[in-house]
Amino acid sequence: MHPMSEFEPKIVAFVCNWCTYAGADLAGTSRTQYAPSVRIVRFPCTGRIDFMLLMKAFENGADGIIVSGCHPNDCHYTSGNFHARRRWIIFRSLLDFIGFDTDRITFSWVSAAEGKKWATLVNEVTEHIQAKGPFTDLDKLDFDQLKEQYDETITK
Amino acid sequence: MARIGVFICHCGENISATVDVARVAEEASKMPGVAYAMDYKYMCSDPGQTKIIEAIKEYKLTGIVVGACSPRMHEATFRKAAEKGGINPFLCEIANLREHISWVHPRSEATTKKAIDIVRTIVNKVRQDTPLFPIKVPVTKTALVIGGGIAGIQAALDIANAGHQVIMVEKSPSIGGHMSQLSETFPTLDCSQCILTPRMVEVAQHPNITLHTFAEVESVSGFVGNFDVKVRLKARSVDLSICTGCGACWQKCPSKKIPDEFNAGLSFRTAIYSPFPQAVPNKPVIDRAICTWFQKQKCGHCKKVCPVGAINYDTEDEFIDLKIGAIVTATGFDIKHTDFFPEYGYGEFKDVIDGLQFERLASASGPTNGEIRRPSDGQIPEKIVFLACSGSRDKAKGIEYCSKICCMYTAKHAMLYKHKHHQGNAYIFYMDIRSSGKNYDEFVRRAVEEDDVRYIRGRVSRIYEKNGKLIVKGVDTLMNSEPVEIEADMVVLATAVVANPDAESVAQKMHISYDKHHFFAEAHPKLKPVETNTAGIMLAGACQSAKDIPDAVSQASAAASKIIGLFSTDVMTREPVVAVVNRSMPPMFTTCTGCLLCMEVCPYHAIEREEIKDRTGNVLKIAAKVNAGLCQGCGTCVAFCRNKSIDLQGYTNLQMLSEVMALLNKPF
Repeated sequence: MHPMSEFEPKIVAFVCNWCTYAGADLAGTSRTQYAPSVRIVRFPCTGRIDFMLLMKAFENGADGIIVSGCHPNDCHYTSGNFHARRRWIIFRSLLDFIGFDTDRITFSWVSAAEGKKWATLVNEVTEHIQAKGPFTDLDKLDFDQLKEQYDETITK
Repeated sequence: MARIGVFICHCGENISATVDVARVAEEASKMPGVAYAMDYKYMCSDPGQTKIIEAIKEYKLTGIVVGACSPRMHEATFRKAAEKGGINPFLCEIANLREHISWVHPRSEATTKKAIDIVRTIVNKVRQDTPLFPIKVPVTKTALVIGGGIAGIQAALDIANAGHQVIMVEKSPSIGGHMSQLSETFPTLDCSQCILTPRMVEVAQHPNITLHTFAEVESVSGFVGNFDVKVRLKARSVDLSICTGCGACWQKCPSKKIPDEFNAGLSFRTAIYSPFPQAVPNKPVIDRAICTWFQKQKCGHCKKVCPVGAINYDTEDEFIDLKIGAIVTATGFDIKHTDFFPEYGYGEFKDVIDGLQFERLASASGPTNGEIRRPSDGQIPEKIVFLACSGSRDKAKGIEYCSKICCMYTAKHAMLYKHKHHQGNAYIFYMDIRSSGKNYDEFVRRAVEEDDVRYIRGRVSRIYEKNGKLIVKGVDTLMNSEPVEIEADMVVLATAVVANPDAESVAQKMHISYDKHHFFAEAHPKLKPVETNTAGIMLAGACQSAKDIPDAVSQASAAASKIIGLFSTDVMTREPVVAVVNRSMPPMFTTCTGCLLCMEVCPYHAIEREEIKDRTGNVLKIAAKVNAGLCQGCGTCVAFCRNKSIDLQGYTNLQMLSEVMALLNKPF
């Protein structure tokens, strides 16, 4: 394991095309520097984001996740961001219930005019995840034991 | 087997200064599915594009990734190049190396690594790309204009003058709308009917316009370019093709005590009536809710006196089906009436009137022939108090917004009164004066400086009657908030502009959205002010928000020009980024279970319920079906679908999963 100071977190950002992706573009055109830890995946709308993809990302080595789209009422498609927000609230309580560390997922709104906010958001999340350390919760799980438990429950 | 080409752009030095582009290209060439990788100084330049085109041919590429600037910048450029190279343009994707990497990070190992990661994700996405083809939709070049007020009239004339067919549907017996009720208009004080009626006649006589008055839209289905609209022609009981509009019928009608809508209740009309002398069409209609024949099957005077036999009591509502390409919604507004204000007497004081009633009093065609007289006793008032912001900007009354027109028309009312009655006193209680249109502030100044209208900044708490006078109790906030009490002969409330009572049901029929005040919602408050979220349906006038005449006319012309643009081609082309429900042969093997959750969440009503039938017509299965004409490609349905039966072209589940997996170096 890396010592904390050297740990470079892998952060995946799920963003919408119209607001946050454009906001990140604006950060670029204004040359606002931020941590190179983030990898952007572009969606047409936050409403398109299937939250199981967040789990897939964690499963494959992401340490933190950002979900960001248009501010409420600004959605290019009127209501996609509301659907995303609602789904996230429910999904979060599900994750809390199963003991998943929801602190690693940051839900935010960044508009196409908020290049600075995007840079700040990435930096804050990077620092936050750096402080938390790499995501290893899944590695700790004993899948064989889980499978046994599962089989037992099923056969009952 | 995928053969992907990767092209890394230096963007002069914009990318190469911080990203080791040669290494990115080298790493890319090792990625699974990549057949060719290169880097070049300016990929978007002509020689750069030629390199792409040649490489596609030489290496028989099945897809390309361009690592360059934001896709918002040059995606179209590179897709065109891909097409020239002979592959489907949707097999070209952009890795954003400039805005998201080179411009925001210093030259470092981490920056180059990020560039490689991003290129890998996009390569992996392209591996899952499928050729997509623009959707072609035929266009019916007939427009429907709903509402015959000034906005509807303007839109209809503009579209008709461009050579397209227009069908206008107006729910009342005549077109003209609220503008026909106005006396004079600000800021020029020219007579409203003088400028409006020629346009009404033009609508009626225009060879390209079909006018249906006393008609309402019953249902709207279909999509842009191809709407199916059902219109209810309400039973008029008068045959318009025979009636000459002579007026014998309404002169003989015995029901004479019906409050006249056109005169805002200040006079009476008969049960068979033509709404006003300049009505278009100027032919009567029977108000069946009141007519003695329809209530008691007695009377029949009008039928007896009609010289041409145009009256027929047996007509029924008719329905017509229309094929429409685009729709202008110009259904207008309503105002709050005096009964909305308990503090101003619940509408029980006859001499407390609303702005529209004052318009009728001041109008030469009104119940007093343009003399401003008290409704209670017909006396000329010596003192009139005008209250701006009656209801508007008042959260307690549930109307937070500014009604926009009241500051101006209140100034106009006070001026009209002073012009007609020089010795009279006009007071205006106001909160702020909002007069930001062209020549508007000058107009208000004129009221104050030339016509001696007295403005008092403050609100009125109460009005009550005392000895035949109306006592107006207010406050002057510019005079240490001193209480003010005025003994007035008449009070005019500039009541709030509100949405039509049936606005909500109209919006639901059209599948357009509306705000909490039931004003129709534009697609974007700044950049799409006339479009709605339903493609092909435009907004004009005060149905969207409170508007004065110049604004309503501008918006109507804008809506018309949008439609003329739409009608300029026979076939519309749309981006194929739309949702699709998976289909198989036979169709009943679709994985869609028909839960139709997608239908509920779709903001565009683009998803329909489809019955999959066998040859004999038995329903085998219910499934969702996407109307590609309406779908805007947000993908909300995809995230909601319980078993992944619906997918978004260009952002499929497989593509998004591939991207996520590749980000973390686990190609899918």
